[in-house]
Amino acid sequence: MSQPNIPQLICPAGSLPALKAAVDNGADAVYLGYKNDTNARNFAGLNFDDKALREGISYAHAKKREVLMAINTFPQPGRVADWHRAVDGAAALGVNAVILADVGLLDYASKRHPDLRLHLSVQGSATSYEAVNFAQREFGVRRAVLPRVLTLAQVENVIKHTTVEIEVFGFGSLCVMNEGRCWLSSYATGESPNTVGACSPAKYVKWEKSPGMMSTRLNGILIDRFGDNEPAGYPTLCKGRFEVNGSTYYALEEPTSLNVLEILPEIARIGVAAIKVEGRQRSPTYVAQVTRNMRAALDALARDGERYQVKQAWQAELAKVSEGSQATLGAYSRPWR
Amino acid sequence: MNIPKFKLPALVSRIGGRLPQWPHSVTLIAGLNAAVKMKLLPQDSLALLEGRTFFVEVLDAGGKANFTYRNGLFRPLFTAPATPDLSFRANLSAFMQMIARQEDPDTLFFNRELSIEGDTELGLVVKNMLDAVEWPQMPKVPGFSH
Repeated sequence: MSQPNIPQLICPAGSLPALKAAVDNGADAVYLGYKNDTNARNFAGLNFDDKALREGISYAHAKKREVLMAINTFPQPGRVADWHRAVDGAAALGVNAVILADVGLLDYASKRHPDLRLHLSVQGSATSYEAVNFAQREFGVRRAVLPRVLTLAQVENVIKHTTVEIEVFGFGSLCVMNEGRCWLSSYATGESPNTVGACSPAKYVKWEKSPGMMSTRLNGILIDRFGDNEPAGYPTLCKGRFEVNGSTYYALEEPTSLNVLEILPEIARIGVAAIKVEGRQRSPTYVAQVTRNMRAALDALARDGERYQVKQAWQAELAKVSEGSQATLGAYSRPWR
Repeated sequence: MNIPKFKLPALVSRIGGRLPQWPHSVTLIAGLNAAVKMKLLPQDSLALLEGRTFFVEVLDAGGKANFTYRNGLFRPLFTAPATPDLSFRANLSAFMQMIARQEDPDTLFFNRELSIEGDTELGLVVKNMLDAVEWPQMPKVPGFSH
């Protein structure tokens, strides 16, 4: 039996303790962002200043792990220099790669820093091998993160037609997943991940308690109501319950989490280079819990090959930290065509 | 040390709720100020707390604390504001699990074990500020080590 290809494990870090938790629990790489709107998790108090970045990078590099810097929002009119500065800063700090979405920024980075490794962000919304190969041809992109809308067969088709490394999501909250092209947050608040670096920014969110009930509002729009013992989700339009033709239900998307442990052998077999864990907005505790279990599963796959089996203990800990009451295979498993 | 999920008997909150509320307010605030003095809390986040009012309630213990942050220090509020800028409510075990980094605040929130009300962005500042703290290693006490 030949050694299976084992994808790298890429874990999120919104703070220095989260970065250390990822490294200590077996991440091959961590991804992170600056404390500003150059990345798509621009939340108050989250992310890294220069001092934390330096310490985080040296911590990861000392343990032979990689640091990937997400600069994956779209430069705003009149402020393009801020995004250029972010790329220059990442290159100067010695990150292993930058994760970019905007073609203008990819162009800048490839010309200004020819030795800097470029990854195409999920926000770049490349769902076909033509799009991936375009990014390679024009900007020398070495890896592309695929949006969570493709079936496993479609992911395999992309891999067969490109020499760019392919990274897919392996665990974390799902949304409506029209990554890089979603207008729902803008519709409700005028702000979106692409423009300000946050979906449904917190200043527009209101949790209202009333006896036996909690209501969630986004810029005044009622998103959902929960009974006292009903699980809650993130306050995004796509996960809301709305009245449609007289009945109230999840009209766009039910709050769920992605979990690919069951199809890990297939993901490895088709040649996926890396698996990404969602959740830079989550705490170091989440990062430790998820990284630990994903690492255990990948190690089991490397060791057991075809005899790989999902352990209940991994699934139990992962289920606990999931948004929504269920974990799914997302778009990966769609028997129909 | 693994902190299990537990709930104190209702009697505790009935008694706890009738006791004077300032002793645990003072303890909580002393802890926060110690963290400020040790420079564990990032300055840019602290600046966002200036003049804002906070309310923490330990539901099953009946403990409540009202406080604010002003001029570099957390200070108790002896008169509770009608609507604090930010309120956290949870049972003691959830608070303990969160502080010990055994459970993630978002997980507790999804599972409705932690309630956050008021200014959501301020809540995020506080959550992310606590997440970013590198707590000093606690001395290993016999009987309490892992």
